[in-house]
Amino acid sequence: MRLVLAAGVAAICLFTTVAAQQTSNSGTSEEKPYHVEDGKVDKSTYNGYRRYGDSCLRCHGPDGLGSSYAPNLVESLKRLSQDQFNEIVINGKNEVSTSQQLVMPSFGMVEDVVLYLGDIYAYLKARSDGALGRGRPRRLDN
Amino acid sequence: MLKNVAVAAVAAAGLWASTASANDELIRLQRDPNQWVMPTGNYANHRYSELNQINRDNVKNLRPVWSFSTGVLRGHEGGPLVIGDVMYIHSPFPNRVFALDLKDPGRIIWRYEPTQDPSVIAVMCCDTVNRGVAYGNGLIILAQADATVVALDAKTGEERWKVKNGDPAKGETMTAAPMVFGDKVLVGISGGEFGVRGHVTAYNLRDGSMAWRAYSTGPDNEILVDPQKTTHLGQPIGPNSSLQSWQGDQWKIGGGTTWGWYSYDPELNLVYYGTGNPGTWNPTQRPGDNKWSMTIFARDADTGMARWVYQMTPHDEWDYDGVNEMILVDNIEVRGQRVPKALVHFDRNGFAYTLNRENGQLLLAEKYDPAVNWATHVDMQTGRPQVVAQYSTQQQGEDRNVQNICPAALGTKDQQPAAYSPRTRIFYVPTNHVCMDYEPFRVSYTAGQPYVGATLSMYPPQGEQNLGNFIAWDAGQGKIVWSKPERFSVWSGALATAGDIVFYGTLEGYLKAVDVRDGKELFSYRTPSGIIGNINTYTYNGKQYIGVLSGVGGWAGIGMAAGLQGETEGLGAVGAYRALSNYTQLGGTLTVFALPD
Ligand code: HEC
Repeated sequence: MRLVLAAGVAAICLFTTVAAQQTSNSGTSEEKPYHVEDGKVDKSTYNGYRRYGDSCLRCHGPDGLGSSYAPNLVESLKRLSQDQFNEIVINGKNEVSTSQQLVMPSFGMVEDVVLYLGDIYAYLKARSDGALGRGRPRRLDN
Repeated sequence: MLKNVAVAAVAAAGLWASTASANDELIRLQRDPNQWVMPTGNYANHRYSELNQINRDNVKNLRPVWSFSTGVLRGHEGGPLVIGDVMYIHSPFPNRVFALDLKDPGRIIWRYEPTQDPSVIAVMCCDTVNRGVAYGNGLIILAQADATVVALDAKTGEERWKVKNGDPAKGETMTAAPMVFGDKVLVGISGGEFGVRGHVTAYNLRDGSMAWRAYSTGPDNEILVDPQKTTHLGQPIGPNSSLQSWQGDQWKIGGGTTWGWYSYDPELNLVYYGTGNPGTWNPTQRPGDNKWSMTIFARDADTGMARWVYQMTPHDEWDYDGVNEMILVDNIEVRGQRVPKALVHFDRNGFAYTLNRENGQLLLAEKYDPAVNWATHVDMQTGRPQVVAQYSTQQQGEDRNVQNICPAALGTKDQQPAAYSPRTRIFYVPTNHVCMDYEPFRVSYTAGQPYVGATLSMYPPQGEQNLGNFIAWDAGQGKIVWSKPERFSVWSGALATAGDIVFYGTLEGYLKAVDVRDGKELFSYRTPSGIIGNINTYTYNGKQYIGVLSGVGGWAGIGMAAGLQGETEGLGAVGAYRALSNYTQLGGTLTVFALPD
């Protein structure tokens, strides 16, 4: 239910960019949302790197490798499907108890994330699959 | 024994009496080496103790005598207070406060835990740290994460008053330790990564009513400056000094937050502190000098009116917040000239500044890490750093990845406070030795969302392995006296003592003591988790103790948990070796040390 709702929200704010995303992802296959050649990446994966740095790095650490208080997403994406990933990023996830203070914010209303969710996923998936190393990826000239 | 009785009497007389002047009480108590009454050690931020039972010869015998878990996992900055027979410690969010009995070590006299909406966690930039509580007039003052300031009865932990100092929905949070002076308490605000407009606020200790608030940016009457009387390097700043240095309304989301340490000179009746980065890390988006971000302020303690200002990094391009502590020292020789009242500041930007704290005159500005490369030097006439084009993220422009800038945004030093020994007249400084690539890009402002606009990667300076140094600094000559390399950034506050030793903690969790003469390591003990807290010392029953909070996290926990990236590809093994997670795990613990009987 929550997921449906979130998807609704996302769809409303995103309506205009869906098309853009589809085109920017063209040329990459279904299970591999990224395109990496000799350490160089396609536009959307690069954009994902940058958006990750803007919105996620302060908790999930450089290169998606986790921090002292948020999980290593390179590992998480070996387990999570893209739908699960989207659900968590859009709705957030909390584990707050007497011993844990884990708060993953919900990004459902944050344009800079929702608009580029596919790109962020592509970047992290490339990292998770071992297709992309650490640091700032170079861009393919496309 | 006699000494003890005297101490106890002083404590008993001073402590619970609600005299009109907390000022006199604290001025007296901060001189008593048997107690540790403010997070900074004293008003001058010396973090120095006259105690010398533990000294260069016997420190090797130091051992832990008791410990206490805060029950909180995240980064533990700040350190314990000791007032009379009671120790006060605090934790990161949920911001627990414990009053511990020194007569029965670790017995909890009272504990306090505020109720806070956990959503505030999401708007704290770099972990949920808190740098400690303040004492004054029988009250313990806590600055909560959710920007509430609460005054607790030091004896019982009961709430006396509570006041809202900011709105977390806009990204306004609190991490800095308050400072009590006179009949007021000074607090700052955090949220420089969320476009928060910084301010410091003095509340009346009596009831929490606001005495004054001074913003860092905006109109003269809100930043509390007098265009004629407030000076910058001796010159009046003139009208609208802040407004003119921003485009349009950008000053409203202009940053200049105030999350560092505060110091106070009771004779001059001035408080000193620095302001943080201007809003958005993308410099191209905010033309102008962005005043008064990145600025040292000297303000009248009664009215908040600024006496002088000095902007260290006009139009910041690297996130070099100016919030680090201002250390007040008297009668130092600066390049052959005696200065009765000086201020020494180790800035994030890699320069150590010595100023005349009466009038804000700039006396010396030198690099305190040879790796610093973004500026060649500071022009002593204008006070402006001479920026190197190659490392200027403004001149290189948006969407350009500017490489090998030293220091990284973490700064050559962040908030982790240095210590000053009046015996050696030398400063002991925990430092970072990290460089970065920085690529600014355009972002839009949304209240309560990060307003960053740059991607960074960090690594040690080229050809080097160590990410930190612990250094001794001569602020009169502008020179490093000695430098001791550390595997990781030194992210703990230092403590110097009359035993001619200096203590600091490491990210792996070692508490270390070194010789003031040469930095030789005399003692090290591995506490349960990495140390980003500050070390204190006190006596109980005539015996000297050392106390420290461990609990890794903070900004250090973000950058280093997985290890920083190497300067070249394929540094896998070295990278793993550097990963902090291979050395330590989370967990807040107080450890108290003493010599064997
Ligand atoms: C304020 C800190 C913070 C920010 C910012 C943040 N996260 Fe998280 N994230 C967390 C925490 C803490 C958890 C763990 C939550 C839990 O276990 O309940 C988490 C969990 C996750 C998970 C689930 C991981 C797993 O193994 O189940 C994903 C996926 C994730 N975050 C993605 C992101 C992305 C993508 C961004 C940027 C758009 C982001 N996060 C920004 C703190 C943050």
